[in-house]
Amino acid sequence: MQIPSGLEAGVEGDLLKAEVRDLDFYYGGFHALKHVTMPVHDRKVTALIGPSGCGKSTLLRCFNRMHDLYPGNRYAGGGIVLHPDNTNLLAQEVDPIEVRMRISMVFQKPNPFPKSIYENVAYSLRVRGMRNKNELDDRVEAALKGAALWNEVSNRLNELGANLSGGQQQRLCIARALASDPEIILFDEPTSALDPIATASIEELVTELKENVTILIVTHNMQQAARISDFTAYMYLGEMVEFGITDQIFIKPTKKATEDYITGRFG
Amino acid sequence: MSASASAPSVSLPIGKGISDRLRKKASRHVKERIIEFLLFCAAAFSVFVTVAIVWVLVKESWVFFETVPLSDFLFDTQWTPLFDDAHYGIMVLLSGTITSSAVALVVAIPLGTVIALYLSEFAGFKLREIAKPFLELLGGVPTIVYGYFALTFLTPILQKIYPDLPGFNLLSAGLVMGVMIIPYVASLSEDAMRAVPMSLREGSYAMGATRLQTALWVVTPAATSGIASAYILGISRAVGETMILAVAAGMQPKLTFNPTEPGATITSYIVQVALGDLPHGSIGYQTIFAAGLTLLLMTLAFNLLGYWLRKRFREVY
Repeated sequence: MQIPSGLEAGVEGDLLKAEVRDLDFYYGGFHALKHVTMPVHDRKVTALIGPSGCGKSTLLRCFNRMHDLYPGNRYAGGGIVLHPDNTNLLAQEVDPIEVRMRISMVFQKPNPFPKSIYENVAYSLRVRGMRNKNELDDRVEAALKGAALWNEVSNRLNELGANLSGGQQQRLCIARALASDPEIILFDEPTSALDPIATASIEELVTELKENVTILIVTHNMQQAARISDFTAYMYLGEMVEFGITDQIFIKPTKKATEDYITGRFG
Repeated sequence: MSASASAPSVSLPIGKGISDRLRKKASRHVKERIIEFLLFCAAAFSVFVTVAIVWVLVKESWVFFETVPLSDFLFDTQWTPLFDDAHYGIMVLLSGTITSSAVALVVAIPLGTVIALYLSEFAGFKLREIAKPFLELLGGVPTIVYGYFALTFLTPILQKIYPDLPGFNLLSAGLVMGVMIIPYVASLSEDAMRAVPMSLREGSYAMGATRLQTALWVVTPAATSGIASAYILGISRAVGETMILAVAAGMQPKLTFNPTEPGATITSYIVQVALGDLPHGSIGYQTIFAAGLTLLLMTLAFNLLGYWLRKRFREVY
């Protein structure tokens, strides 16, 4: 896999998994995303950073159409083109359930279902109608291994997911998201409720996952963005201020606003 | 909290004149104690009433069981306390209570659960705000109205379908009782489902689940304890319901589990005797205390079951 040496080189050398194009989004009357444009590179980690309320989580939740769940939310222009389909995810004709089957999500606070560890992971397969016990067993095992949780839980798959520690619960949620072989996984501040050791294990996991999956991660922690991401997008007040290769953004941002935020002078 | 427990090992200064601000205030102390006492009285009152009711029931039942052996009460298959050949088989009344409650629950539990699922997971905000007060109104209709509704409206309709159905029967009363209980089951189940945190639903939707899958596979299991207590409350209401059965079920004590027959329940029997002119202290009069005690023990058992279910299935979100 080639490592891009600059933003332009990255765009040309890498495959794009998705492109956000001139996206506008409203919560009722509040203009939360303003003409946002951003590429998402295939099998890379893209971090979204910015102060609270800047729209980074809002942008993330556009990718799997989570905004459709609540009345009053409105995609008001532009869209997100998913490749290789070359289709706007936000189009009226696109089924959000199909989108969510291909673009999975891990939330801020671990939210395992009130079910066994096994059933938590099998959930995303069961909603697809998978019944075959052997196939389910194999996929659950593979997902738990992928989330680096298998060794800890292989002998207690029937225990409740809620009995695990916080870090294990979050890895269970990652396994749940992995089970269905998604193309993109969205992480919404996945470590903000975890201690430093659990955080380190999740970060390591994210870096391993990008071998096979495209990753978008919202984070408040700039060191985390610097450690694990290949690309970084800095957002402020609903606008995309700067997007670039992570090293470049952190070492030599082109915009003063980005520099101020990254150096901690603001935010 | 006590001062003596923390006796200082070093002598700390307590100046000759404690300043006024630091000194303990007698008036504040007294006021606190008075308020505490009033609150205690309020709490004690409800406990006292409960204990008094149980005391009366047990004392009067004791008189009854001095004449009638417990084995007769439990195993006799006839209930004829006012006849010369008196029999006191509580099973007869219990069969009426169980049959009518079963009919009611067959109506109330499925319908109540489905209504709750719809209101909590599918209905829009506006519809829910309109529908829920109407639903709760259904629970506010006086039960005597339900009773006459069963007797004069539902029974004739059922008789068209099933011509042999007697004018008084447990089926009609049970069905209407089920309608009466729906709001309790639906409203409490809906509260339990709404209390399931949004993060669990989002987790489910994010995995590509549909609304129905989310409702049945995530929300319902997460709300199990609340739904179970809603069912238990429904059962308690059914067992304790009086007027519908007194009006529409016929008050004829008969050992039967067939809902198409007339029957008396524990509660409708108590109404019958309490309204009659049996002399106080007669064994016939004493029966209502034994019947009441049975009823109390039944509802107590259901309450304990509900308590256990809540503890057993409580979800920590």
